[in-house]
Amino acid sequence: MSKMTVTLRVWRQAGPKAQGEFKNYTVETDTDTSFLETLDILNEQLVEKKEEPIAFDSDCREGICGMCSLYINGHPHGPATGATTCQLYMRRFKDGETITVEPWRSAAFPVIKDLIVDRNAFDKIQQAGGYVSFNCGGAQDANDLPISKVAADMAMDSATCIGCGACVAACKNGSAMLFVSAKVSQFALLPQGQVERARRARKMVAKMDELGFGNCTNTGACSAECPKNISLSNIARLNREFIAAKCAE
Amino acid sequence: MELIKTADGLVIPAADSKIPEGPVAEKWTNYKDHQKLVNPANKRKLTVIVVGTGLAGASAASTLGELGFNVLNFCIQDSPRRAHSIAAQGGINAAKNYQNDGDSVYRLFYDTVKGGDYRAREANVYRLAEVSNNIIDQCVAQCVPFAREYGGLLANRSFGGAQVSRTFYAKGQTGQQLLLGAYSSLNRQIELGKVKSFNRYEMHDVVMVDGRARGIIAKNLVTGEFERFSAHAVVLATGGYGNTYFLSTNAMSCNCSAAVAAYRKGAYFANPAFVQIHPTCIPVHGDKQSKLTLMSESLRNDGRIWVPKDLETAKKLQKGEIKGSDVPEEERDYYLERRYPAFGNLVPRDVASRAAKERCDKGFGVNNTGLAVFLDFSEAINRLGIDTVRQRYGNLFDMYEEITDVNPGELGNKIGDTCYYNPMMIFPAIHYTMGGLWVDYELQTSLKGLYAIGECNFSDHGANRLGASALMQGLADGYFVLPYTIQNYLSDQISVPCPSTSLPEFDEAEKQCRARQQQLLDIQGNHSVDSIHKELGHIMWEYVGMARTKESLETALAKLKEIRKTFETDLYVPGSAEGYNNELDKAFRLRDFITMGELIAYDALNRNESCGGHFREEYQTEEGEAKRDDENYFYVACWDYQGNDNTAPALIKEPLQYEAIKVQTRNYKS
Repeated sequence: MSKMTVTLRVWRQAGPKAQGEFKNYTVETDTDTSFLETLDILNEQLVEKKEEPIAFDSDCREGICGMCSLYINGHPHGPATGATTCQLYMRRFKDGETITVEPWRSAAFPVIKDLIVDRNAFDKIQQAGGYVSFNCGGAQDANDLPISKVAADMAMDSATCIGCGACVAACKNGSAMLFVSAKVSQFALLPQGQVERARRARKMVAKMDELGFGNCTNTGACSAECPKNISLSNIARLNREFIAAKCAE
Repeated sequence: MELIKTADGLVIPAADSKIPEGPVAEKWTNYKDHQKLVNPANKRKLTVIVVGTGLAGASAASTLGELGFNVLNFCIQDSPRRAHSIAAQGGINAAKNYQNDGDSVYRLFYDTVKGGDYRAREANVYRLAEVSNNIIDQCVAQCVPFAREYGGLLANRSFGGAQVSRTFYAKGQTGQQLLLGAYSSLNRQIELGKVKSFNRYEMHDVVMVDGRARGIIAKNLVTGEFERFSAHAVVLATGGYGNTYFLSTNAMSCNCSAAVAAYRKGAYFANPAFVQIHPTCIPVHGDKQSKLTLMSESLRNDGRIWVPKDLETAKKLQKGEIKGSDVPEEERDYYLERRYPAFGNLVPRDVASRAAKERCDKGFGVNNTGLAVFLDFSEAINRLGIDTVRQRYGNLFDMYEEITDVNPGELGNKIGDTCYYNPMMIFPAIHYTMGGLWVDYELQTSLKGLYAIGECNFSDHGANRLGASALMQGLADGYFVLPYTIQNYLSDQISVPCPSTSLPEFDEAEKQCRARQQQLLDIQGNHSVDSIHKELGHIMWEYVGMARTKESLETALAKLKEIRKTFETDLYVPGSAEGYNNELDKAFRLRDFITMGELIAYDALNRNESCGGHFREEYQTEEGEAKRDDENYFYVACWDYQGNDNTAPALIKEPLQYEAIKVQTRNYKS
């Protein structure tokens, strides 16, 4: 462990309609402390000085709940690949470095306060069709229907999405295609998802468009920045699912 | 309920636990055959509040919606998908016996009761084992991508406290996949209009009208407004109280305020001393840490736990003069395999945690603090190859490396012909709470119309929970138990209109919430919320942690009084009551953590025995194992609030009744 001092250049915005601005803060931390714990240290200092702490989202702090966000030095979830902001440790930065911290910037994710955004649009897309329509209690024995390991593993890879919104933040168009395609893929790859396959693709894409997400131009930024390494091939699958569904209409 | 006065104090009458008649294997069927139901036309007239969207909350809300009830569902995060069930790694138990290794409903029931050191309610545990198989069917139908074999059937692995492989899993992300399954069913009901979802809301009080729970006051965390919600029944699925200790594997927003609000309104709190300390967490590394990270119990399938045999070697490791991989096989003490040959590294969590503490207390611990043991994969990598081991635990290895900068899959040293890989360093940490709101067989608390499900209640895990059983219990309660039992209550509510939120009871409850808020803002002292919470956590870990004594618990209670005083007189909360104010919300929670800390200490002081996660140093065998006292403590300790936080709670007992299982000393040695 070695001590370090960094300058955090943080976006402060009092509320959804307020004008925001960057403010600089100097904070002492060390290489074994996480980035969010460094923000905790800074907030503790601000409270001591009777100033308002920086509002940011985080919950599980082990990279799985998807609550943390932050655009750090131009990257969603910061410089580490395959990791969320809460899994980012200060050893990734240099002593004396100035680190720029912003909220997700996307029309579909309005700022609530400082670094917190409203990601309710993601829930609405899931509500449009991200499920199998059956009621609890009626399922057959789990082993009655063998599923190939390859399909199950691929579905698992898609289902790993944590719904954090980094893909939208990374995309120059603010597209949610990677997020939607991961969910559509999980169901399309498994037998239980087949019955509603076409309807699901149509409804989820329509909802995504309605909520103001941009279109996909296949730059691949979403997948490159995804903390769970969700593959771009999901988007290819979604396009195929969507076209097939439209043709069948 | 009418309590019985006995020479031993106040006792809950057996009838009020509502355990059905008949042999244990027939109780649940008997119950379902004779309970009252609500017909579909009447379900539409009834509203149920479900607080929480973890495995228990999301599965209950969606299933109640499917049945036709109107559901109001609250979550503290920005989406139901983020509840902390999502972080459960290892798996979910079920008695499918797909591996043909001798499993059965009875054996899962037996293992769970034994794992809980004979302090769980037998009838509840049997029901849990019975519905476990339905859960797997339900999840597969939802497209939960469980691990499979090449033949296409489901794969299993082993967890602590069992000699069969009954754990279903989805990589090291089982909780995530199960929660996303429940979330998908919930989303369907939201789309259909049966469930109304409230995100970024926190429950502050339960509203009682004519002796029944009829609603809640919840705070909108974005606007800062208190809002009123009414219903025919209220279900709490708000998780455990592990964050009382500040450092735990719980998420930042996990808190016990909803449960404590119910307790202050008169709901009994049962067995608060039963706190689970998980043996395999990444050790504490400094005073700035905000939480501890779990390394899944599944690692103990292939990982072997050890410390050096020799004190000199331990000292060198502590000073950093040598690495774990420099210590050859013959100088390693695989103390779990040595002490518990029958279960080895897969002993239950309480046993593994205590054994680690015992070695560290004797000076054999590693890390610069001396407070860690090794979890080593060299044998597994040499036997199976790194690819197979990475396939099984790759994401956990990566997570470990991200935090500690050490890769457990990397070759550390070669001594002779043997390859030694970098071992992980692990240490026990607060993980789960077996205690919770007292509930009867129907999962109803001692307040009419108020239910508690999942980790929030106390009933199924006794004094220690087995690995992969929390997911099982959360989903059992939400999918298969509560949706039945709550109808027994709601059936006579069909002609009662949903109460108005303008009733004086709602006025009064909201007024009190506002007054408490103003109090917190008015103190304007010098201590931040976190600084007081850290101090609370330190006291809890030091005096009410892995090993407790009468003296340590009395010290804790005295120190907690000081903490409360600091909190009430010298707290500083910045900002105002309007809008988003996380410091203010944390202050509310801390007030309840302090009450909870006292409750844990009172219960631990009362229970003059060692069992499961509750270890009183005065009560141990010569070999250092927990020594139970079935003659005097074969009961559920229920605590009754006495009107204010400064008065000690009153003890009420629910005697345990075992019919199917012979109560005996827990043995994992042979």
